[in-house]
This record gives sequence, C-alpha cells and structure tokens, in this order.
Amino acid sequence: MIRLFKVKEKQRELAESANGGAPIKKQSAGELRLHKDISELNLPKSCIISFPNGKDDLMNFEVSIRPDEGYYLGGNFSFSFQVSPIYPHEAPKVKCKTKLYHPNIDLEGNVCLNILREDWKPVLNINTIIYGLYHLFTEPNYEDPLNHDAAAVLRDNPKMFEANVRRAMAGGYVGQTFFTRCM
Amino acid sequence: MAETVVQPSRSRDLDKLLLRPGNIIGNNFDPGQELRDDLAEYVKVLVVGAGGLGCELLKDLALSGFKNLEVIDMDTIEVTNLNRQFLFRFEDVGKPKAEVAAKRVMERIRGVNIKPHYCRIEEKDIDFYSDFSIIVLGLDSIEARSYINAVACSFLEYDSDDKPRDETIKPLVDGGTEGFKGHARVIIPGVTPCFECTIWLFPPQVKFPLCTLAETPRTAAHCIEYAHLIKWDEVHSGKTFDPDDPEHMKWIYNEAVKRAELFGIPGVTYSLTQGVVKNIIPAIASTNAIVSAACALEALKITTGCSKTLSNYLTYNGAEGLHTKVTEFVRDKDCLVCGPGVLIELETSVTLQKFIDLLEKHPDLLLSKASVTHQGSSLYMQAPPVLEEMTRSNLNLPLFDLMGKTSKGTIHVTGTTSKNDTKTSVLRKLRVFFKGVDGVTDMDMAGGA
Ligand SMILES: [Zn+2]
Repeated sequence: MIRLFKVKEKQRELAESANGGAPIKKQSAGELRLHKDISELNLPKSCIISFPNGKDDLMNFEVSIRPDEGYYLGGNFSFSFQVSPIYPHEAPKVKCKTKLYHPNIDLEGNVCLNILREDWKPVLNINTIIYGLYHLFTEPNYEDPLNHDAAAVLRDNPKMFEANVRRAMAGGYVGQTFFTRCM
Repeated sequence: MAETVVQPSRSRDLDKLLLRPGNIIGNNFDPGQELRDDLAEYVKVLVVGAGGLGCELLKDLALSGFKNLEVIDMDTIEVTNLNRQFLFRFEDVGKPKAEVAAKRVMERIRGVNIKPHYCRIEEKDIDFYSDFSIIVLGLDSIEARSYINAVACSFLEYDSDDKPRDETIKPLVDGGTEGFKGHARVIIPGVTPCFECTIWLFPPQVKFPLCTLAETPRTAAHCIEYAHLIKWDEVHSGKTFDPDDPEHMKWIYNEAVKRAELFGIPGVTYSLTQGVVKNIIPAIASTNAIVSAACALEALKITTGCSKTLSNYLTYNGAEGLHTKVTEFVRDKDCLVCGPGVLIELETSVTLQKFIDLLEKHPDLLLSKASVTHQGSSLYMQAPPVLEEMTRSNLNLPLFDLMGKTSKGTIHVTGTTSKNDTKTSVLRKLRVFFKGVDGVTDMDMAGGA
C-alpha cells in the first residue's frame, strides 16, 4: 500500500489545504441499534417516553411510568436512560429520578432489575427494559432489596407497606425520610 | 558490474526484508532502497494508547523503519504503571504518558519523529485521523476500539460494484492483552471484518446485581462495586465519579475497606479497586511485548507488502503452556459500519415521503414503515408518537436538502420486511447518490445503481 500512501502524501502537499469532500460524521453502531429499538417501541399507555435533548439525541431519554394497578396506582415515576455507544453490548444505565419508597429502588434512584445488570443480553431491547420497570411497580419484591427497610415492611406487614407507599406518594415522611409528592 | 551501492540502514534485518525479492510476499511488493526510504518518508502511523501495549508499540514501530509516528493517550503516569510501561521512570509520575513515551523513544532511536497528543480520542476531528496511513491500537477498552473502528470505516467508499475503493481504505492493526492472554488483528475495512462485525468476540463484562452489593456482599469485588455504584451517589449527590481522578479512586478504596471490614471479607486493595472499577485485568509485561511485536510486524507488512498479512485474528494464550492460533473471521456483509450498504440513486427533488415509499418497492429492501436517520439526526421516526410528531414536517422536504445538499451520503433505515408472510424488523445501511449534482466527478459512481 506504500505506493498509495506516497501518492496521497504528494497530492496532499500539492493541494496544500484544499480539502476533498466534507468530513463525515460517523454514527456509532450503538446509536444505530438504539434508533431501531426506539422506532419499534410499543409501550402501554401508562409508560411515556420523552427526549429532553430533542429528536437528534436518542442516547439520553426519559420514561415516565404511571402504574394503573397495585400499590403504586396513581403515582408518576420518572426514569432516566443513558445509552452507551457500544449498546447493546452493554445495558443502558437507568436511574429513577423520582424519590420513592420501594424495596427494589433505593433513595438515590438505583434500580435492582436483573436485566439491567447480570441478566442483560444484546437480544433484549429498550421495550423489554421499560416493561421490566413497569413490572417493579405491579410486583415489588422483598427478595432483592435495595431499600432494606421498605423490603422488610413489605415482607412482614403488607398493609403497613401499602400505607407507607400512599404516604410517600402523597408527599410526607416515612420514618426519617421525606418524600415529595408524585401523584 | 558497478551497481549503485545500497546504503545499509541502521537495521540490517529490516534491509533483508525490504531490499530483497521473495516468494511469500504481499501484493505490489517492490523491494529496494526506494521502498525503505518511502517507508520512512511517506508513511504516517498513529498509535492509539501509550500504556503497556502502547510503549511497546512505539518502540517496535520506531525500530521497524517507521519514522513518522504520532501517539494519542489521555492518561498520566501512575506509580503502578512503572513495572511494565518501561519508557517511564519514577520522576515521570503525574506526567502525560503520550508526551513522556514520545520523548523517550526519540532519545533512543535516531531519526524517528514522534508527535504526542495528550487528549481523548474523541477530541480529535475526522481530519486528524484522515492524515494517517495506518492506525495501530494499544487500548484496553471496547468503547475506544469501537470508536476508532467507526472513524476508520467512515473513510471507506465503495464503487458501483460494491468493491471497496483502495484509496479510501484506512487499515487498522489492533492489539489487546489481558493478563496472560492477548490478540493481534488486522482490520482492512471493506476487506477483512471490522471490529463491529465481530464484537461478540468480546464477552460482556460481568455485572453484579445491585441488591447483592447492597445486602449480601460475599467478595472483595462486591465491596468495591458497592462503594463505586451505591455509596458514591449517596454521599456525593450529583457529582459524577471520575475513574481517572486518583482522589475519587482513593475514596472508593477507603469505603470498600470499611465495607469489607463490616462483613469480614478479606482482599480489598487499592490496585484491586482500580481493576474492578476500571475493569482491568493485571497486565503482564511479556504478553504486551509479544502482542506488540506481532502488531508492529503486521503494520510493516501492510505498508510495504514484504509479506502476506495475518488473516486476520491471532490469539495468544500463555496461561496454560503456550497456545497461539490464527483464525480467519469473515466479514458481516450487512455490517452497518463497514458494509457497502444498498446503493440508491435519486433525483434531488425526491421528498423524504417519496423516498420512504420507494424503499417499500426497492427489490433489495422491500422495507415498509421505514424510520430514517442521517449522521445521528433523526429525519423521520415512525414511533414513538413524540418523535413522529417532531419529525413529521420533514416528510415534505427533499431528502437532498435534509442531507445537507451534498452529492452523496449514508442513510440508515429501520422498518419491517415481509418474506413468505413472516415480518422481520431490519436495520439497513443505504448509500444515496443524487443525480446531476456538482461534485460527482466519478463517472463510475454516477453511472452506478
Ligand atoms: Zn464491519
């Protein structure tokens, strides 16, 4: 190939700064696959996706979930998604932006959902994750606790758990922790 | 008979490769002094990474007759690097790796010029990368490899027969090591598989469930990840953790130690903390040396043609005895990054709506309900409703205008195709040419489609 490099170098010297063709912006494979996921989204009415940075940044988006059954009925919970350029080789980073009282979501918004970490596979997609998140609201489980106290209450006293969830969603204290209204 | 006397170079062995004819040579091998001189004069090599592998690569390339080298790396030297990153000394700790590595190799090897770049690879524009004849990678991250691969493939153009155009090929040589294991591969975009064609070769990183970290830690790594993923946010609300900031890393280490003490778990050390957080496996100097030697030799073979190149993926394993093997992987013909894509020729007046209708009838595509993207910008999205609404007004605009009024460009489309009554969703690359636009001087291309 050296002859080619030589020719190119000579051309470059001759052309000085004359630039051939506009520079091409490359799109990462992750962006392309995400584009496919997004264009095929099929969400229930209770889940709404939005793009705070507009239509040209799909790598950062938000999903708000309004559960239509279960303990969290009537609440509105917002999640941020951050998608890596090597998606789907790596799962998106998902955080809950609404502070809530939930056994599987801690007060910093970390979410314990298996498909976001240990069980992520490139064949899964954004739709699967959103359904997984929705499922956390209809079926919170005390076996994978991130909020230790909430998990213990759910296990030992479901009635009290329900009351705590209502109080947190309406805006108020559960134990020492204050929750802002999210209904 | 008085032939012109060939000046021996500083390296007799290199002369043997480059000055004499041979049998197992590559295409267009033209041995002689001119070849050797051209190698020095016209070939520019970029080394990406100045760590364990990068140090070796710079030294090996400089000793292999390459005279114009540049190196890019965003890291500074740490004490723990000194055991294997042999260009660095204790007094260099804290200085940029690229700068020190370049200086040390230039001090030792006469006539070689190395220009360092102390920055992130994303900070350089496409023209920077365009300048190099060949790019050699000594990296430890998948993201960075994927990025450089996309950059190299973005120069690639195909002719109307879907053959890659030689002058647009930017070869890559990729090295990688993890402990006693390593690989060296040759990526000739359009000819051999690109990084994205075979990304499955890299196993996804093991991720522990967050609830295990929070509730039932059992290993030192669990304690470190707890500090990294949960404790950091709890204490530093809003501040993002920077794995390259030693203060941040020290904080994680201290928290991990506390956590480990609480649960009676042994084994948390600072270097393990770095390893877990940055997903690094301890490096072995000799693995780096072996992989680098293979990479430098491939770079020499690609540029000079003095021998056939590796085709196309060498693995080395020194963990149990010594095992090395070359596998010839095949390209993914439909690869979104290095593949030619489907060639489509259009009038400049064609609207986006008309274009989407055309895709449905195109015999190679039969794509219905297409969503269209161009260079990271969504031109039209079928779903979700919020994006459909934002992009709907584009449907009546000419695609030519939407693509910035250039004569050609790459478009990606997603949608569904039906084959024998089963619908499958697909993502395809298209290369679009507009008829009669200034700038298409190549008759071969203009006459294509
Ligand atoms: Zn490819």
